[in-house]
Amino acid sequence: MATQTLDTKGMNCPLPILKTKKAIKGLATGETLEVLSTDPGSVKDMEAFCKSTGNKLLSSAEDGGVYTYEIQKS
Amino acid sequence: MSDGSNNKKMSIIVTKGTLDWAYPPFILASTAASLDVDVTLFFTFYGLQLLKKDLDHLQISTLGNPGMEMPVMGMHMTMPNIVSAIPGVDAMCTSMMKSMIKKKGIASIPELREMCLESDVKIVGCQMTMDLFEWTPDQMIPEMELGGAATYMAGALESDVNLYI
Repeated sequence: MATQTLDTKGMNCPLPILKTKKAIKGLATGETLEVLSTDPGSVKDMEAFCKSTGNKLLSSAEDGGVYTYEIQKS
Repeated sequence: MSDGSNNKKMSIIVTKGTLDWAYPPFILASTAASLDVDVTLFFTFYGLQLLKKDLDHLQISTLGNPGMEMPVMGMHMTMPNIVSAIPGVDAMCTSMMKSMIKKKGIASIPELREMCLESDVKIVGCQMTMDLFEWTPDQMIPEMELGGAATYMAGALESDVNLYI
């Protein structure tokens, strides 16, 4: 169960990443954020975001056009 | 470390002052800042339009833009150059573009600029352009610092990514 959920459904690039960054800022180290998105580009973008910021992408899944990511703040 | 810097720097020279061309610099700057990159935007010539307090005047131009295809009623409409001579066409295309942007969940330019400012993107305006077009700092956002080519170069020499848009 993620510490917090962020719904970015309907938003287009780069909003899901910008909102994710803001939400992660508010978390403590080790806490997790669940991000929901309908942007197909977010699959690669979320990987790149985690790679660059050092946060951990725990999971990435798609169901019926909705992408769900779980990110752990490091 | 997710909130610190990763010691990477980027600079972008922003030269264009239209609604469509305002997107690449503000998208890249806000995204890079989210990726913990230290960003400086240098606004020169028409790019300085993007630092005016109010951004409502930004327009797109149909002139000399064969790549522009507006989706209209399931088709794509191109704009022959002669159409752009008709008064009001740019304003109409601009409002079409703004409504498409909103419908597709794309951020507006004021929104993206605000996010850049919130994430401490450094905003430098070109002093020479201010003099050339007789603009005064009170017309511009207060976050703007003024500088010249040497200011840009000093930052660019230390940057990992330097772009010209």
